Amino acid sequence: MIEALSYAWMQNAVVASILSAIACGVIGTLVVVNRMSTLTGAVAHASFGGLGLAYLLGMPPMAGAVLVSMGTALGVGAISSGTRREYPDTAMAAFWATGMAAGLIFVRLRGGYAPDLMSWLFGSLLTVSRTDLVLAGSLDLLVLLLVGGLFKELTAVSYDSEFSRIRGVRTALIRSVFLALTALVIVMLMKISGLIMVMALMTIPAAVARMFTKGLRRMMILSSILALALSLGGLALAYVLDLPPGAVIILLAGALYFISHIVKN
Amino acid sequence: MILPVKISGLSAGYRPGHPVLKDIDLEIMPGDFLALIGPNGGGKTTLLKVILGLIRPMSGTVRVFGRSPGDETGRIGYVPQMIPGATFPVTVMEVALMGRLGLRGMWRRYTPADRLAAIHNLHLLGVADLAAEPMDNLSGGQRQRVLIARALAGEPDLLLLDEPAASVDQKTQESFFNLLALLNKKLTIVLVTHDVGAVSSYVRTIACINRVLVSHGETLPAEAVARAYGCPFELVTHGVPHRVIGSAEGSGDSGGEP
Repeated sequence: MIEALSYAWMQNAVVASILSAIACGVIGTLVVVNRMSTLTGAVAHASFGGLGLAYLLGMPPMAGAVLVSMGTALGVGAISSGTRREYPDTAMAAFWATGMAAGLIFVRLRGGYAPDLMSWLFGSLLTVSRTDLVLAGSLDLLVLLLVGGLFKELTAVSYDSEFSRIRGVRTALIRSVFLALTALVIVMLMKISGLIMVMALMTIPAAVARMFTKGLRRMMILSSILALALSLGGLALAYVLDLPPGAVIILLAGALYFISHIVKN
Repeated sequence: MILPVKISGLSAGYRPGHPVLKDIDLEIMPGDFLALIGPNGGGKTTLLKVILGLIRPMSGTVRVFGRSPGDETGRIGYVPQMIPGATFPVTVMEVALMGRLGLRGMWRRYTPADRLAAIHNLHLLGVADLAAEPMDNLSGGQRQRVLIARALAGEPDLLLLDEPAASVDQKTQESFFNLLALLNKKLTIVLVTHDVGAVSSYVRTIACINRVLVSHGETLPAEAVARAYGCPFELVTHGVPHRVIGSAEGSGDSGGEP
């Protein structure tokens, strides 16, 4: 068990888990209290359109994914606010499906098999690169800087957007910052751990933390701790049982979610 | 003189071609305590939203402290009708602090002065002992009082309240209106309400709105109101009991017992 930590890939996996947990806890909290958990799925799936586009045009996949995921998050925000007032979940479903279909077409147009794309679906903690870690660390820094600096605005806009606007808060800007950060975190986490794990780690730790905390700051801290505990626990368990770590981590998260609901009632 | 609110020829609504409010002229004087009454769907809340700058007028002009609605940031305190974000993890203190948002720019933390103002107003509303509680744990009446404290924490010159007493019991209501009367010595108040009977001995003027401004003055012309509501309407104006019985059946919008 301990000897596993001497492998570089395991060290990378542990560092990746820590970096992911911070982003998940902080942004996941905002996603959950804004009732936009589905946004995670929508952005993650729609970004396949971006991956496909990048594959077709020979751009770095990350660039395409960032572009389309930002467009999706901000697009959902724009369509479901202001005078248009589409239901957010409808907007998310539309982006979700359109993005995936576009990705498929782009890959088909380019022809051939796209192995890189598969790694985005089922990315693995065990193959994280140095570059990924540097990117994830930088993103964590950005998240902490923006969420820390704009904490009172983000809380107020999430709680009561209308009142915030009346008090002079630039609610559209604050919402866009939140949505853009969410998109970036999702793409980063997909690269590290794959799509399914993003959905689990962005929502479950925050949802559980919400049951046991009374303020956003504590909820962010507790979700980060939970995300980290789930990731490291899952990694260890997967190593011992010789199972894929992503799936083990998600199963642990799911178990925590259901047990919390039972305990809470 | 710069009035808190000066509205002329206002039409406003949510869908083009379907104004909820038509041709409203309304001036609210400094130090006024205005009760805004009228039937559901008559446009009371819409009028508040125009004053707040949340809805743009279709036509007409609106001036709030001599400026466009939304430009006078910080001078209006607002207590919404709906209690926002039930099941949102936020404490009473954090909500009260939101009243100070306009006074602190982006990237700034709340200052000790902000905390003082928040706790002072929570105290004024009798909910200071709940400051550390999550909003979720509060009763409807307690939440409503926190939202009023939030509005007051911004040190507004004009306080807009949308049916603030709806989820509060009779006794709390009385002390609440007494508090408003006290606050009225320093600030202008506009109170949207169904229950004109309960507020009539506190307010200075009453405006009745049913898509148009039916009446505005120190008293309420009984027949005009009965016409606006189209149903029996029970009210007391300035301590003098009036019973106004309209023509139609039902008592959907009647006030409380005098």
